[in-house]
Amino acid sequence: MAAPFKPSSLQLSWIKRVLFLLALLPLARLIWLGMHDALTANPIEFITRSTGTWALVMLMLTLSITPLRMLTGVAWPVQLRRMMGLFMFFYALLHFSIYLWLDHWFDLMAIGKDIAEHPYVLVGFTAFVLSIPLAATSNAAMIRRLKTRWKTLHLLVYPIAILGVLHFWWLVKKDVSEPLVYVLVLAVLLGVRLWYRYRPASQTASRKPLPARMPKAG
Amino acid sequence: MWISKKPDILASEITPREVFEQRREFIKAAGFGAIGAALASAGLMNSMRAEANSPASGLQKISDFKKTPYGAGETLTPYDDVTSYNNFYEFGTGKSDPKPQSRLFKPRPWTVSIEGEVSKPRTLSIDDIFKIAPLEERIYRMRCVEGWSMVIPWVGLPLASLIKYAEPTGKAKYVEFISMADPKMMPGVRAPILDWPYVEGLRMDEAMNPLTIMAVGLYGEVLPNQNGAPMRLVVPWKYGFKGGKSIVKIRFTDKMPLTTWVRSGPTEYGFYANVNPTVDHPRWTQSTERRIGGGLFSPRIKTQMFNGYADQVASLYTGMDLRKNF
Repeated sequence: MAAPFKPSSLQLSWIKRVLFLLALLPLARLIWLGMHDALTANPIEFITRSTGTWALVMLMLTLSITPLRMLTGVAWPVQLRRMMGLFMFFYALLHFSIYLWLDHWFDLMAIGKDIAEHPYVLVGFTAFVLSIPLAATSNAAMIRRLKTRWKTLHLLVYPIAILGVLHFWWLVKKDVSEPLVYVLVLAVLLGVRLWYRYRPASQTASRKPLPARMPKAG
Repeated sequence: MWISKKPDILASEITPREVFEQRREFIKAAGFGAIGAALASAGLMNSMRAEANSPASGLQKISDFKKTPYGAGETLTPYDDVTSYNNFYEFGTGKSDPKPQSRLFKPRPWTVSIEGEVSKPRTLSIDDIFKIAPLEERIYRMRCVEGWSMVIPWVGLPLASLIKYAEPTGKAKYVEFISMADPKMMPGVRAPILDWPYVEGLRMDEAMNPLTIMAVGLYGEVLPNQNGAPMRLVVPWKYGFKGGKSIVKIRFTDKMPLTTWVRSGPTEYGFYANVNPTVDHPRWTQSTERRIGGGLFSPRIKTQMFNGYADQVASLYTGMDLRKNF
């Protein structure tokens, strides 16, 4: 059997560049639609929905790296994970900024009331706030400085993911088919982790050690 | 009393078009960097589009209707926005679904059956209904429970005329409006998202209020399919979902009808569903609303009690706890 693909450092840097540009496409699309007056009759709702959706997609991609390694042993994509995670934060930040600025024009009273009284806003806001320390500690210096606490801190990604999906689920009026997709994807991504962790001992004995996580900066 | 008594529209609330557009220019001039400029130009284009109000839909013009003073001075929501962004779950749950999904819908021939507590049940054709009373243009604000709103020039007849024509008996306390639910022409009906057919209802005095109309057109033309052709209810002081679309049955009853959204979410939607900025929906703020057609940089506006029609309708609810009867 051919050895699984593992990019050289040059290849990896190109993969990263391409991925970076791909991850900017949703934003480019919104700008293009905006310039062509094609953001629907309710442009603010449209760009809020779109940036929220892409934050969720980036989050799901971030969370898929570990299950991929568990199931296939392919470890190198972990080097793309930080970028995915930061793009999740980027789209979540756009999403929140639109809410703050274009939707509510920094009317803090109205925003506070909205967060306190509407559960879907509250869970979305909480997920965003929790993701701030993760974005802030995503550089190599912070990883070195925080050592094992870094790993503990970044376990926050799990509550963030659950709250993010719940935010979408509670937002929907009646037709939950779209948020249901995210519920199922998240269930699979978390399920693989649990299965891998708690699978029967006989399999554990024969299992190869997990390839290194390669937390190096890059 | 907490119900505000205001004239229909204060002269001071009306933004002159020039001022409105100068603001856009200002926003553009202020500049927000690359993205901001792109978004600002989207906002500008929106206001340019608003000038192209007259429809080019190819729908039949309604030849004879009289203008009324309702909504004088309001800026109309552009025809394209009114007809491309609305909820009509029979054609899909997305607000951009009804327009493309309703192309094959046939609003003619059409009959409406009048039944229940009436002296004589009967079936009317849509052409009969056009002749019951002179048609009028009514420019009304439309406030959706989701927090957006429009200003729409409906053409229709007072529901009161239709009710008088139907001759309800003394037992009729409520009137129920049942919409078409045809899975062949309405793809949304194939999914059990709501209990089909869509049912809405009004108390008799609400139905007889002069503001309540049965609309058969908008912007001087017959209703487009996606807006509830060939006839739909318009109750401007209530949330938009009270306005049943593509109505096939009008039934007079002595009991409060169990309406579709009440059945679907009794904690979220009430029978009355009066626009009320002081009673929030579990999901949406009701104190403010987004006026469609303003573009990216138009702020929310304050929602008015009874959608600004308190003078005409507040007396219908004297003594009622509107927090309980939401």
